[in-house]
Amino acid sequence: MAEKLYIEALREGLREELLRDEKVFLLGEDIGIYGGAFGVTKGLVQEFGEERIIDTPISEQAITGIAVGAAIAGMRPVVEIMFFDFLTLAMDQLVNQGAKIRYMFGGKAKVPMVVRAPMGCGTGAAAQHSQSFPGIFAHFPGLKVVMPSTPYDVKGLIKAAIRDDNPVLFAEHKLLYRVKGEVPDEEYVLPLGKADIKRKGKDVTIVAGSIMVIRALEAAKELEKEGIDVEVIDPRTLKPLDMKTIIDSVKKTGRVLIVEDDPVSFGWGAEIAAGIVGSEAFDYLDAPVKRLGGLDIPIPYNPNLERHAVPQVEDIVKAVKDLLR
Amino acid sequence: MELTAEKKLWMYKKMYEIRCFELEVDKLFKANMIWGTCHLSVGEEATAVGAIAALEEGDMITSTHRGHGHCIAKGGKLPQMFAELLGKETGYCRGRGGSMHIADIETGNLGANGIVGGGIPIATGAALASKMKKDGKVTLCFFGDGANNQGVFHESLNIASLWKLPVVYVCENNQYGMSVAFKKSTAAENVADRAAAYNMPGEIVDGNDVEAVYFAVKKAVDRARKGEGPTLVEAKTYRWLGHSKSDANLYRTKEEIEEWKKKCPIKRYRAKLIKEGVATEEELDKIEKEVERKIQEAIEYAKNSPEPSVEDIADGVYA
Repeated sequence: MAEKLYIEALREGLREELLRDEKVFLLGEDIGIYGGAFGVTKGLVQEFGEERIIDTPISEQAITGIAVGAAIAGMRPVVEIMFFDFLTLAMDQLVNQGAKIRYMFGGKAKVPMVVRAPMGCGTGAAAQHSQSFPGIFAHFPGLKVVMPSTPYDVKGLIKAAIRDDNPVLFAEHKLLYRVKGEVPDEEYVLPLGKADIKRKGKDVTIVAGSIMVIRALEAAKELEKEGIDVEVIDPRTLKPLDMKTIIDSVKKTGRVLIVEDDPVSFGWGAEIAAGIVGSEAFDYLDAPVKRLGGLDIPIPYNPNLERHAVPQVEDIVKAVKDLLR
Repeated sequence: MELTAEKKLWMYKKMYEIRCFELEVDKLFKANMIWGTCHLSVGEEATAVGAIAALEEGDMITSTHRGHGHCIAKGGKLPQMFAELLGKETGYCRGRGGSMHIADIETGNLGANGIVGGGIPIATGAALASKMKKDGKVTLCFFGDGANNQGVFHESLNIASLWKLPVVYVCENNQYGMSVAFKKSTAAENVADRAAAYNMPGEIVDGNDVEAVYFAVKKAVDRARKGEGPTLVEAKTYRWLGHSKSDANLYRTKEEIEEWKKKCPIKRYRAKLIKEGVATEEELDKIEKEVERKIQEAIEYAKNSPEPSVEDIADGVYA
């Protein structure tokens, strides 16, 4: 087992699937010689050539639609959308076409494609290059939504996403690219729809996704100093969503905080909260379900304002203490 | 490039089949047997048939919301089509899609599309798959004049030309995007003029002349198959009926419609085939009777088919 950066593990996952299956190919803006805006695809064009690592014009809707068409015709395209915010340009092809085609056609077509996109704030990129909104994609029947938080998860889940026969939205928080973690040397694939307990604990459950898993784990360390034992659950995939692992944890701790990077209003945290209170875990709750998420504002530019737009470690620490009060 | 008598008679038969299909759908709709809406292509049969006649078996198409004709010409089965329109389990989409979403992946029909222009990048992607797999297939992309003002038209044609993809874009310019006349929606005089912007050939053809459509599209298909890239073919045609079921035709005159009816692609072709000695009146009558019989059988099949079960409502969302 070696320590690797999230970005390296992701690249390895892509590379292994490109080697394994010649139907797999990548397309996106500046993913060739430039290596992608964040460097995810660095080196791949040299290894696999321009026919499989395809630099495209700046045409998000066509790129996504081309992936839909290529997928129906038997390929396994992996699209990189340069910034998550730009997914709004590709919505028709992702939501009206990719997601609906199989059902509309009576279950007689397959659309095996992945759309990857870096999301999130913390880089000073302001409102049009910083938003996290994987939650809205979980609202569209036909799509799967994945948002890995660790190097281990991102590698195993990108491989699963590529092998899945459905359109998968793969959300990568930019600040995670430089996060290090253990990655096995041997090959592995993780299942879509299985949550992971990132830290075991007995006093409070934190359900966090993507970058918020890292912040929740840091908060748990702080809280440990004060004798508070936190359990951290990462759903890993929003769709399919593994409610069972979450419910089991809440039944054990009786207290739950849900932390997301999406704007908190109408966010996926509400779906999880409803899932908890609508389950047998309701009877085990010793405090109201608490949620943290982004403010209801576009992401601001100023670093101090930007920092306050989404939950930070200290916010999570405070929220857990509130829950225990 | 010569057309065999067999191919000519096939084209006549398919055009007649589409006409009968659409008129029967109209009747079924008026009898409240078809739910929702549907868009009929009466008057535009030559474009669908002439273009698809230029394909080889295994080639692919993407279709539009006005797609019954494309499906029939591509080898779609009438019973399954009627069954889909009647929302039955035996329909192409098990009653989940209806008129605007009929697809038959096995015959290379990648589907009709409810979004104007939505099929354009999909056809482009199917062509990319063919280029990567080197399977020698060509994809034919149908769209209407309305779609030529969608951004994705521009994005897709640019990419297809850059990458020399084996795709042929066939614009069925029926003069109206719903109620808005082509002249009021499009700054260019012809859709085909836009091909110049993508460095690809642009051809204008009489969309009511099935052989003219065939030859124009055949040339484009051959070019695409040779790896020389896409072509934009604009077939000028006209829809006789309203845009959909709720159209009172307020935006055009009766005279205009009557003028176009004189250019009926089926009548024209019938006269041509008889004049050329390809077939006699009696032989063509026989083809027509056979088509009419098959249509009635297909309708009976659809009427007698089972409704989909509510228990299966979520079947097919995910693979």
